[in-house]
Amino acid sequence: MNLKPETLQRIDEVITHYPSKRSATLPLLHLIQEDLGYLPPETFEWVAAKLEIQPINVYDVVTFYPMFRQKPIGRRHIKVCRTLSCALRGGYKTCAEFEKQFDTKVGEISPDGEVTVEFVECLASCGTAPVVLIDDDLHENVDCAKAKQLSDQIKKEAAQRR
Amino acid sequence: MPIPEQRRIIFRHIDEPGYTNDIECYVRNGGYEVLKKAVTMQPQAIIDEVKKSGLRGRGGAGFPCGVKWGLVDRKSGKPIYLIVNADESEPGTFKDRYIIHQDPHQLIEGTMISCFANNVQQAYIYIRGEMPHGARILERAIQEARDKGFVGQNILGTGYSCDIFVHRGAGAYICGEETGLIESLEGKRANPRIKPPFFPAVLGLYQCPTIVNNVETLCHVKYIAEHGGDAFAKIGTPNNTGTRIFCVSGHVQRPGYYEFETGKITMGQLLYDVCGGPLPGRTFKAVIPGGSSAKIMRFGERYKGKRKVGADLVDYDWGVEDVPMDFDSLALIGTMGGSGGVIVMDDSVNMVEALANINAFYSHESCGQCTPCREGSLWMKRITTRMVHGNAREEDATLLKSVADQIPGRTICAFGEACSWPTQSFIAKFGDEFKTYHETKKARPTGALDLV
Repeated sequence: MNLKPETLQRIDEVITHYPSKRSATLPLLHLIQEDLGYLPPETFEWVAAKLEIQPINVYDVVTFYPMFRQKPIGRRHIKVCRTLSCALRGGYKTCAEFEKQFDTKVGEISPDGEVTVEFVECLASCGTAPVVLIDDDLHENVDCAKAKQLSDQIKKEAAQRR
Repeated sequence: MPIPEQRRIIFRHIDEPGYTNDIECYVRNGGYEVLKKAVTMQPQAIIDEVKKSGLRGRGGAGFPCGVKWGLVDRKSGKPIYLIVNADESEPGTFKDRYIIHQDPHQLIEGTMISCFANNVQQAYIYIRGEMPHGARILERAIQEARDKGFVGQNILGTGYSCDIFVHRGAGAYICGEETGLIESLEGKRANPRIKPPFFPAVLGLYQCPTIVNNVETLCHVKYIAEHGGDAFAKIGTPNNTGTRIFCVSGHVQRPGYYEFETGKITMGQLLYDVCGGPLPGRTFKAVIPGGSSAKIMRFGERYKGKRKVGADLVDYDWGVEDVPMDFDSLALIGTMGGSGGVIVMDDSVNMVEALANINAFYSHESCGQCTPCREGSLWMKRITTRMVHGNAREEDATLLKSVADQIPGRTICAFGEACSWPTQSFIAKFGDEFKTYHETKKARPTGALDLV
């Protein structure tokens, strides 16, 4: 595992939050995923050794929680809310607009490697539906026009990087 | 009933211009004064005030907070834990987000008062994984509070110590169920535990006595510690005390969060007067009053019977608009106040499609350990999705009902009820729409909103 020194430092710190090391499973997986972008296969052995549990215990957790992923994703992660309040306000159209903008399908990395669009369950911001979480930032009232605007912004940032 | 004014207790500073989420701003507005007072009280006296207040849990079940605290095993010699349930996940609910983002110290103060009252030395805030900013804001706020001696070692020089750590979930709805949450905090899959014997109050986190309270509930505790249980009980209506935050979403002019005295506002006032009524050219068709698992109400139906008012039994004859928004009235008419998430649907919505959306949610979120829930939620989703995207049949309504009826009461946790109530109530209230869907879908306007 090729983790950044600050990730390792935060891992050691977070383990002290719990009387039982196993409790740090979710925090460790979050930290590793934030560092590497996903959880590579060696995660199971590494976390298990760190927390003095079995690799199967870690695998169990990784496969249960939707936020943990075992494959890389695009540079930006676009999560569109699918659930009822957002759907009533056009969430399905919003999701389709992102797919169109990046020429991709839900769950796949866009051809330019820039984004992964996902359709996720309730993001708990139903009063400003439809909502979209891009990486860590929540965007509210994302109709098709706003979805296009957000997509343009992502494309612009991508172009500046190249 | 005249239209009441909002009474903002928990949301007092939400969206207030110039109000920031740092400790200086909080202290400037009288923050942590209640904690200072609380640590001079006998812990049991605080518990007694909470009991007197009649405060009911704001997470969904409406269980009396004082009773919950009273069940805690204090003789085991094991440490007592408190967990803040900030896993806000019930579709339609979005109140805790604003408390966490805009007024985190209110939650921390309420938590510390509750910890002191229950002799808790370690608390955790379990926040849902999709709120990364919320988690960082809470971590920063807790550190600020530690630096000022409100959290951590030797709080305010009293010799009492209690720390709080933030623990992030990872996208699983079932972590809102308190025993699932505990499993998750122990580093496992969030499979809820069977009760008995695993009542958190006795065998909770690490098999120790544990209190799990909702964010809003703990904020109310702060108010109760400040003003007393009697003062809190005077707000709202008997057995439904205090204020409630209603989260209104869907087809209304002004969706959002509104805090009112519990039971002092009716559904009609909330939707028409507060939220501005239906969208232009539309009429209300249905409303889900307490998060997506609550049974649906159909505009035009009437609820009749007798109810207790004080010591008397009186007749009631309500339309949807007349129902007071409190735990007991909503339970009386066969649904629930739940988490306060009010989802409104107008006449543009087809109920088969709306149910298909809800069923997809519950199927995705079933933890999978009980067969009736895992298989039942999956089949309800498959049937409703097929109805929308494939062949719909007249007999599907009966089939759906038969699946839904076999789930509740046969599962470890209340998810079984939560996933079957939508199907049961949609079929009961809108059965005709399900039976004729194979015909009506042919006339579905192109460009109509997709819900699944």
